[in-house]
This record gives sequence, C-alpha cells and structure tokens, in this order.
Amino acid sequence: MTVTALPDTETPKRGWYKRNEIAVTPWLFLAPAILFFAVYVIIPIFQSFSISLYDWDGLGVARFIGMENYAELMDDSAFEVSLWNNLKWLIFYLLAIPAGLFIALFLNQTVTGIRIYKSLFFFPFVLSQVVVGLVFAWFYLPNEGLLSNMLRLVGLGPVNVLGDPTWATYGIIAAGLWPQTAYCMILYLTGLNAVDPEQVEAARLDGAKGWKMLWYVIIPQLKPATFIAFVVTIIGALRSFDLISIMTNGGPFGQTRVLSFYMFEKALSEYGFRMGYGAAIAVVLFLIMLVFIAYFLWSMYREERGGR
Amino acid sequence: MRSTLKASALALTAALAASTAFAGSHSLSGDLKIFLDTSNPAPRATMEAMIGRFQEMHPDLNIETTVIDREAYKTQIRNFLTADAPDVATWYAANRMRPYVEAGLFEDVSDLWAEPEIADNLASTKGAMTIDGKQWGVPYTYYQWGIYYRKDLYDQYGLSEPTNFDEMKSNCQTLLDNGVKCYTIGTKFLWTAGGWFDYLNLRTHGYDFHMEMAAGDVAWTDDRVRETFANWRELIDMGAYVDNHQNYSWQEALPFMVNGDAAAYLMGNFAVAPLREAGLTDDQLDFYQFPAITEGVAMAEDAPTDTFHIPANANNKEAAREFLRFVVSADEQTVINNGQNLGQLPVNASASIDDDKFLEQGFAMLSSNSPGGVAQFFDRDYPAEMAAEAMQGFQEFMVFPDNLDDILNRLEKVRERVYK
Repeated sequence: MTVTALPDTETPKRGWYKRNEIAVTPWLFLAPAILFFAVYVIIPIFQSFSISLYDWDGLGVARFIGMENYAELMDDSAFEVSLWNNLKWLIFYLLAIPAGLFIALFLNQTVTGIRIYKSLFFFPFVLSQVVVGLVFAWFYLPNEGLLSNMLRLVGLGPVNVLGDPTWATYGIIAAGLWPQTAYCMILYLTGLNAVDPEQVEAARLDGAKGWKMLWYVIIPQLKPATFIAFVVTIIGALRSFDLISIMTNGGPFGQTRVLSFYMFEKALSEYGFRMGYGAAIAVVLFLIMLVFIAYFLWSMYREERGGR
Repeated sequence: MRSTLKASALALTAALAASTAFAGSHSLSGDLKIFLDTSNPAPRATMEAMIGRFQEMHPDLNIETTVIDREAYKTQIRNFLTADAPDVATWYAANRMRPYVEAGLFEDVSDLWAEPEIADNLASTKGAMTIDGKQWGVPYTYYQWGIYYRKDLYDQYGLSEPTNFDEMKSNCQTLLDNGVKCYTIGTKFLWTAGGWFDYLNLRTHGYDFHMEMAAGDVAWTDDRVRETFANWRELIDMGAYVDNHQNYSWQEALPFMVNGDAAAYLMGNFAVAPLREAGLTDDQLDFYQFPAITEGVAMAEDAPTDTFHIPANANNKEAAREFLRFVVSADEQTVINNGQNLGQLPVNASASIDDDKFLEQGFAMLSSNSPGGVAQFFDRDYPAEMAAEAMQGFQEFMVFPDNLDDILNRLEKVRERVYK
C-alpha cells in the first residue's frame, strides 16, 4: 500500500497500477464480492434496524415511533410462542448430528452395493423441503395417515400430530430431521475417509475397541466434519420456514410459528403489512443468529491461528 | 400536479366518450396492460376470452395480459402498483382495497359511476366500491354464501331445510345420532372459520352490529359478542363439525361431504363446481340460506365481490376506463358469469342469470331475501390485521372452546391498537 514516490533519478516508466499491482490486485478481485455483500447483506441489516423504529405499511408514509415495536414484542404472546419454538428447533434439530454419525459409521464398510445403500440414505436430502413437508403431512394425517394406522396395530388410538398445539412443532422438527440427518451422514462419510488407518491400527494394538475406540480415536479425528455439521444444522434450524409453511401454515392457531415465519406473516403475507413490526422481529432473529455467527467466526479464527 | 391535471383531462374525455355506444365506434390506441389474479383454469379462460372480445372491438389497441397466481398476487400487488403499474388490475371490494385507496394508488373512477349505464345497473354493489364518498373501481362478479347440503342425506333422515336455530340444532342432532357430522369445514387457512363467525354474528345481532364491529366501535369483550360465541359453542359442543378440521384446507374438507360423512358445508358458491366434479348430482346437492337465530333480526348475507381497478400510475387511463365499461356491460356480465365460465352472479342488473339452480337460488336470496344488507366477507370487511388475529382466534375457539376468555381479551388488545 505504501509505495513512496521514487526518486527522479530513475525513469518513471511504469504506471501507477504497475507500481501498486501487488497491493491493489487482491482488492480488485474482492471488489465484486464486497460490493454485492454490502448491497445485499450489510446495508439491509442496517435498513432493518432503521425500519424497525417506524410504523410503516410499506405503501404510505412511515411514522417514527422509536422503540414502540420492541415494547409491543415484549407483550406479544405470539412472539413468545415463536421464540420458544425457535429454541425447540435449535435443540432438537441437533439430533441430526449423532443420528448422521451413526448412520455414517454403519455405512462405512465395504460390502457389495454399498454405494447404492449410501445413495438411498442420502436420498431425502435431495428432495425439496416442500416434498418432505407434504409427505410427512400425509404421514401424520389423523385418520388416513400411516402413523395413525401403525399406532392402531399396536392398539393405540389415532393421534393428530399436526393438529395438536403441543405436538405439532415436534412433528415438524421430526420431518426436518429426515433430510438433515442425511446431510450430516454425508459429511461424516467424507470425514471417515480421512481417518488415519495407522492410528486406528495403533489403538487396536493397545486394546481399544467399541465405544472407547469411537470416543477417543474416531470422533476426535472427525472434529472438522462435526464442526461443519453443527454449523449447517444450526443455520438450518434458524431458517426453518418452508416445512412450517407447507405442513401447518403456522397453525394450529399460530402454535408452530417460528420467528422467521412470524416475521413473514406480519410484514409480507396476505394480511400483514406492518413492515416496522416485521423488521423488529427480524432484528431479534438477527441478534440470536449473531450469537452463533460470532461463535463460528471465533472458532474458525482460532483454528487458523492454531494451524500456523 | 401535472399528473392530476392530466388525469382529470383524461377523465373528462372518457366521460365524453362514454356517451358513444359500447360498439367501439371511436378508436382506442396505444398499449393496455392488464394484470389478472384469475389463475384457476376456468376463470383464466373466461378472462382471456373476454379480453379477446375487447381486442376485436379495438383492433388498434395493443393489449398485454399478465395472469399472476391468485395467492402470489396478494403480495405482488403492493409492488406493481407503486413501481410498474399496469392500466387495469383485479382486486377485491370494501376494506381490502382501503390500503391502496388511502395510499393514493387506485384511480378515482366516480365519473364512471356517474354515467347512467353504470349508475342504474350497478347500484347494488356501489356501497362496496365506495370509500370516502368516491368509487375506486368496478365489480365484475360476485357470489353468494350459504349452506350447501346433501339433500339425499336430509331426505333419508326425514329432515327439511331449517329456518331457525332450533331446527338447525335438531336437524344436527338427528344427523349425529346416525353417525353423520352436521358440517364439514377445513380451518387450516383460517378464513373458513371467518364465514361461520360472519353468519352467526349477522344472525344473532344483525348487519349493523356486525359492521359496527368491523369499524372497531364494539369491544370484543362486549356481552353481545359473547352471545354470538355462545351460539357457536352450542354447535361445537354438540360435535357438529368434523374432527381435526384444523388440519384441512377447504378443499380437503370436501371429501367428508362427498362420502356422506358430513351433511353440509357453509361455503361460497365456488364449492359447487368441485362437489359436482367429485360426482354429486344436482339431486343430491342443494342449497339453503343460513337460518335465522334471533327473531326479528333482518337477514343479511355475505357476497364477496371481485373487482377491476385502474392504478393511479397507469399510462392509458382512457383505454382502461373503456375496458371497465366493457366488463360491466350487461352482455359481458351475462357471458362471463354463466355456468360455462365463472359460474357466479352478474353485477349488472340488466344481465341475465344462467340456468343453474344454485345461481338462481343465490340471486333470489340476495335480491329479495337479504333486507339487512350484504356484507363482503370477514377478511374483506374487517381491517386485515384485525381479521388475521380474529380468524386465528376463531380456529382456536373451534378446537378449544374453553379458551374463549383468553381469545377475546387478546382480540380486544388488537382492536385497541388497530383502530387507534
């Protein structure tokens, strides 16, 4: 960056760009990404903050109301429900990680046709979330659904998972776990390829097997895969929207909403045009995400420093 | 300022042009952009054929039609009215158009309504198109709501069409004793419950009270509102509605009626087509007006009206006005609302009703047996935000009637905020 003017004795043949090439080129390459990241991510974040201070229907004149939207959020039972549901998503969606790990361990063997089994297990992740939602909605149907019929075989009454406010959210999370487990499985399968066979051999000589082998030898080596699985699962949990929209549309009576869905309903859906209130919900969601983003960035930063 | 001047100049020319007949003796030119939300196959074909006929009358006009998915349209309209406005757009009457009227995005078309052709023939829907004493569009179709029922089931158990609440309940009890649910309903998308509230409230307290509530002048915790819910609760406690209705859309609730597991459906006339397609004949299917509840309360009905508007930012308002005149003309109204097309009621009093027993019954009901008034529908009469919260409350009430106090307190809080 700091190239001082060369003394006059030398002939200044080279242009400004040539002289600063090393310093400037990386920025040139970064410029498109920085530009789009700023326009589509950074600036909207600040815009959301500012819109959340207004009462605005998206059409007329915006009226500044300070923190009133946030004050209303504190007193809004639907917001509270959404927040709790987000928490449920965060906790139970993480089950995809151990489930994915165990399927990966199970499939990590050399048997004829193992590739076919692997792709079959990976299949749900290829399906659109909308299809997953529809399939599970049918599976859960109170009378005709497969689940109710299976329960009937063992003598239990029909259940209406998606119509029951206490169970509906768990029902949707279970549907979400199906593709997410497949995703984690594929991450772990690639991770298992990188496990050092010599270490496994050495551990075996030392008499480690079963759980001990898994816990002390395999899992530590899978740490990068676990980290990525954790990141994608947390992000997946926080942006759970399509499944909810397809399976329950936020119902019964709003009991399966999460923050992203509630924000959409308030700001952009058929009956909602409270942009300010929607933006306030978005800000809260952003702050929750910020906790995780900060953690991810911090651990990646630590990783890079440790690598040097 | 300039655009206002231009608009009024255009309005003037349009008003002058109106005196010439519909035959299109004067020529229109330029582009005419039409946005439609009639994305279902039958309405779409109807609209395209109608626009084709308009094109024939005005060969120099370059008409560009865009059909947008009906649900997506509801959010996209906000963008295209402000950014890239068409010359004509479909929408809904009453409170549903208020946000766009107040934001100055719809053109005032009171001049059209002053023309005798429209003033004389469309008087019945004028109220629904009026905000602040001006008219903001024209209707092109409307349809009745009421109870569609399985006549064969009623005959089998010796029941007749009820005319009051007691008969309604006793009919229901007979059906329940025979293992048939009285009413099918799917409340997943909430608005169907709004229909039940509309009718119970209109029948318990009348049209004026219902509209006072819509205007925010009555507390949700008012005793009169509780009376409406008490009547509703009687039906819920009987087990009148199909179980697990919160899981179904209105279409998914149709099979209960087709299979004979439920005997009736409170719905708009658009339910007839799928019921017929599912195999019910006109001997099996019939219609009656929602019975009276409180004696002496004048009958009032829901009849949602679909409309055409001219966006304020439109470019070719002269052609747009001509198109609106064309749409509401008696001939076009007769054609587009007949059984092969929309299968609904024409808005023009000089138009003729198609030979269909449901349309005939609906027309008779709305024109002679609805002295109390004609409402649009819960989510069109009540402000959007109030409607959204209230319909969610109705769904909760239908599943957990014991939560009523909690629901009403919540709605009252919303009312205080929405109407401030």
